[in-house]
Amino acid sequence: MIRFTKVYKQYQRGGPALENISFHLRRGEFAFLTGPSGAGKSTILKLIYVDQRPTSGEVRVDGKSSVTLTRDEIPRLRRRIGVVFQDFRLLEDRTAEQNVAFALEVTGVPGTNIGTRVARVLTQVGLASKATAFPHELSGGEQQRVGIARALVNDPLVLLADEPTGNLDDRASRGIFQLLKEINASGTAVLMATHDMNLVRDTGLRGLELNKGHLVFDSAAPDPGEGA
Amino acid sequence: MNLAIREAFRSFERAPVLSGLSVTTIAFSLFAFGLFGLVAVNLRAALRLVEDRVEVRAFIAQGTPPEATSTAVGDIAIFPEVETVRLVTETQALERARRELGEFEDVFEAGILPASIEVRMRPGFRDPGTVRTVAGRLEMYDFVDDVRYGEEWVEKLYRLRNIATAAGIMLGVTFALVAVIIIGSTIRMAVLARSREIHIMRLVGATDGFIRAPFLIEGLIKGLLGGILALGLTYLAYHTVGRYVLQTTFFEEWLALAGVAAGAALGVVASAVSVGRHLKKV
Repeated sequence: MIRFTKVYKQYQRGGPALENISFHLRRGEFAFLTGPSGAGKSTILKLIYVDQRPTSGEVRVDGKSSVTLTRDEIPRLRRRIGVVFQDFRLLEDRTAEQNVAFALEVTGVPGTNIGTRVARVLTQVGLASKATAFPHELSGGEQQRVGIARALVNDPLVLLADEPTGNLDDRASRGIFQLLKEINASGTAVLMATHDMNLVRDTGLRGLELNKGHLVFDSAAPDPGEGA
Repeated sequence: MNLAIREAFRSFERAPVLSGLSVTTIAFSLFAFGLFGLVAVNLRAALRLVEDRVEVRAFIAQGTPPEATSTAVGDIAIFPEVETVRLVTETQALERARRELGEFEDVFEAGILPASIEVRMRPGFRDPGTVRTVAGRLEMYDFVDDVRYGEEWVEKLYRLRNIATAAGIMLGVTFALVAVIIIGSTIRMAVLARSREIHIMRLVGATDGFIRAPFLIEGLIKGLLGGILALGLTYLAYHTVGRYVLQTTFFEEWLALAGVAAGAALGVVASAVSVGRHLKKV
């Protein structure tokens, strides 16, 4: 569903961020992106949600190629991708449910459907009781759950998580990770960037390890035959 | 669309101080431009009053048959440069002189003042060159003794008018540029204050048009409010000057409305540019 083929990425300022990256993430799969800071984890995620374009090579997401994708097609593609960040990125002046509803409103979902969908997804992340709380009234773990709810409310094919536990204590981190696994179990693919190697080793899930822009290790054997 | 309007108003609700500051900044930069406009409008009106007096006078030799002069008046009236032609008979000239110079009433005797043809020039044909050409044409009539049009005065007036026009355009463009820059930066600040929202909207797949709409509406409202406030301030200034210093004219209605519309348009354009830049950057 997500396929990188010989992807290079060079930012205007600074050296190459990614060099010759090829991998394939299947529908419904859970994989970790690991590596030290600056290894290129965030760049890979940005290439998937088309915040950046590859300098060369191809990124295919749900059948759409970065080579042929037009600017007008980007919003529709992004609606099939959920993104979660380390710093949550919530709107401080809106309640949890308003933050989640915002994602539906701005993509033109009719108002009558919004309430039910928001309630369902807040229940899924375990925050039904805090729907009317503002971000500053929530703990870090809870804020991240709102972020995940917002990413999920459009029923994405894949959830990209960029160090989602980076700002959380151990207990909250485990909670978030558990939630991501549950989401994955219900069919959504998850690609989680983290520098916590222990987390990866313990789970036995697929790990893609980056170092200085190179993919140095992929725990799953690449499968060049399967289409994106 | 409803959402866009709601979001636009929400930004006023949420950041009333910043919004108020934007409106005030827009109002004052437009007010400065409005004041300049008032000066320009009044200066132009004053100059036009003076220009209206640009006149060519052809003195008629004594004993010219009235048919000859009246035929000439008919001919002159068809000149494209000419607004009005008037024949002043000897008697009329005498009456006018006595009326205008009351204390010398007795000095004027019948026959001392010649009859004349007075020609007023159409607006746009009051420059020294054209006036000279028309004067030359009048001189060609046999019965015309002398032609006067205050050559030096016309030239000075024309030079003054040119200076006023050039200064007006330069100052006007400068004021307008300053207003555009200030309004542009103000709106840009408001957009930057909401960069997180723009970022999230893009992230969840909102189209560029959808992201832009609330900002355009916000820019429109700010520009409109700023424009109305500026119009009010300008009117207040006009009223105060009229009361304590001198009577002036205010903008015609359409010009005042055009000013407010320009404020609104500036708000929309500044927002479009700011959000556009932001959309490219994020």
